[in-house]
Amino acid sequence: MMKQDLYAIYSIWLREMLRFFRLKSRLFGSIASPFFFLAFLGVGFGNGASLPGIPQGLAYVSFLTPGIIGMTLLFSATFAGLSVLWDREFGFLKEIMVAPVSRIAIVLGRTAGGLTTGILQAVIILISGIFLGMAMPSIQGFLMSLVFMILIAATFIGLGLAFASKMEDMSGFSLIMNFLIFPLFFLSGALFPLDRFPGVVKDLAYLNPLTYGVDGLRYSLIGTSAFSPALDLAVLTVYCSAMLFLGAYLFENTEVK
Amino acid sequence: MGLYEGRQKSVIADSFCRFEKVTEITGAVEQGNVAQPALDGNDAAISIHGLTKRFGNITAVNQISLNIKKGELFGLLGANGAGKSTIIKMLTTMLTPTEGEARVWGHDVVKERNLVRSSIGVVFQDPAVDGMLTGRENLDFHGRMYGMDGELRKKRMEEVLELVDLVEKADEKLEDYSGGMQRRLEIARGLMHYPHVLFLDEPTLGLDAQTRRHIWQYIRNMNEEKGVTIILTTHYMEEADSLCDRVAIIDNGKIVALDTPENLKDEIGSDTISLDVQSGAEALMQSLRPISWIKSIIAHNGNIELMVDRAQSRIPEVMQHANRCCAKITSVGLHEPTLEDVFLKYTGRKIKETVGSANSMVARMHMRHG
Repeated sequence: MMKQDLYAIYSIWLREMLRFFRLKSRLFGSIASPFFFLAFLGVGFGNGASLPGIPQGLAYVSFLTPGIIGMTLLFSATFAGLSVLWDREFGFLKEIMVAPVSRIAIVLGRTAGGLTTGILQAVIILISGIFLGMAMPSIQGFLMSLVFMILIAATFIGLGLAFASKMEDMSGFSLIMNFLIFPLFFLSGALFPLDRFPGVVKDLAYLNPLTYGVDGLRYSLIGTSAFSPALDLAVLTVYCSAMLFLGAYLFENTEVK
Repeated sequence: MGLYEGRQKSVIADSFCRFEKVTEITGAVEQGNVAQPALDGNDAAISIHGLTKRFGNITAVNQISLNIKKGELFGLLGANGAGKSTIIKMLTTMLTPTEGEARVWGHDVVKERNLVRSSIGVVFQDPAVDGMLTGRENLDFHGRMYGMDGELRKKRMEEVLELVDLVEKADEKLEDYSGGMQRRLEIARGLMHYPHVLFLDEPTLGLDAQTRRHIWQYIRNMNEEKGVTIILTTHYMEEADSLCDRVAIIDNGKIVALDTPENLKDEIGSDTISLDVQSGAEALMQSLRPISWIKSIIAHNGNIELMVDRAQSRIPEVMQHANRCCAKITSVGLHEPTLEDVFLKYTGRKIKETVGSANSMVARMHMRHG
């Protein structure tokens, strides 16, 4: 990779950081809804004993926190990928696309930006969960959860990028939110164990990359999981590579009208 | 200012034949694939051959062939929707041509995109700035994307900010800039990496007269002093006329005329001097009739119209004749052919008749950008 491409990756990452921290309302807005989910559901359901499928003696908030971390990453990463649409709308995409840097560098810069902001928000949610009563994870557990966070975020940045490359304007945005992102969230086992789903729905959940992400996060942070962490890691890695590749491929071939 | 030192003179010194016969060029265009007059590859900043872009059934650009020389200030003149922006987008690698080839600074716009991109600067028609970043941050972003290190970025940034007179506003967010200031910052940005070729797509669209004249001045300076080859699109006749070395009139995706503004206007015919005469019209007519450079005289109702070439330099002589035969003239009018007349001749329309769509487009743009 040329020096110029490294500059470009840094430049695009830096712009994401400047924008993220400059727009305070976005910063708080993006963290508010997962926080409310965590606080109201976590406190409201209280002790996990009332929910079948959750191991005995595990507080619901402990079960829920990895799920909400998954939700935070799902939303912020998809947004980061879709932010190409904003740039298209406000014209800045042309400034990026006309620069003499490889398209891969542009994708990597955006991915780096989305990863940073996504993981920052995820860690804030993790800390909130601990305050609300989740047991403190071990250092190893935390480091392992970071690996899963990165994989989840990269997967959905790739997905967002793929959609943004194929959409000409923002009219399809609410369709994506309502028919893709929310179903992915509810079908991931983030809020309750997958056993509670009927057969067909459960199969759908097994196709959802977020399912494995949330499960891996649970294993890392609270030591309980539905699948083996190796399976979680393997499935998520495959999804992540495929999505990033797809996003990069479609973005590379996007035209700026 | 130190911009472009060393390169400028040799580029400008590449003198070129500015007075191609327009008939030859349009002839070639009409026949589609007929080869262009050979042009030494080193002389061409841009060479376009049979360039075509279709969107579905619509042919936006239809078999365009054109050579633009190094150091030239070239204008693409046409109504909105004529295909000017599409040509620019193909030349700047933003759109892939459906057919044909184009080279910018010797590089193929499809096969050597990155080489094209590093040779050019572009100011797009719609704003392409990040409103949440300051002027300096926008320029800093740009500098990094073009591989400049910190020291060079800083130096060039101050240089171009000074050029467009924005040093004082440089640390304010772009969303707080006026339209004219944003435009100037975009021009500064387009120059920051010292491009060989600068593309300006409707550089003064929607700006007030004063800002427009300022921007014309920058454009002229860049071309004359810094030797940058400039391709601009416009639907303002006076802009093309006052700025461009050569103009191509684009209509329905085709080049319908190509020459210097002067030659294009000369084709339309002579200037007209119009005299309102209170008394002594008959004597004045007698006095003017023998003059060889007056092509024709038409008189009615105390008004005399003289068809002449280079009318401005003839007016004093006409006035002397009037004094000598004691004719009393109350006013003198002068009409020179304009590019508007040229446009009308080649397209059968006035460019203003098509402006309605332009306005609605601008309105839409404003709605979108809030």
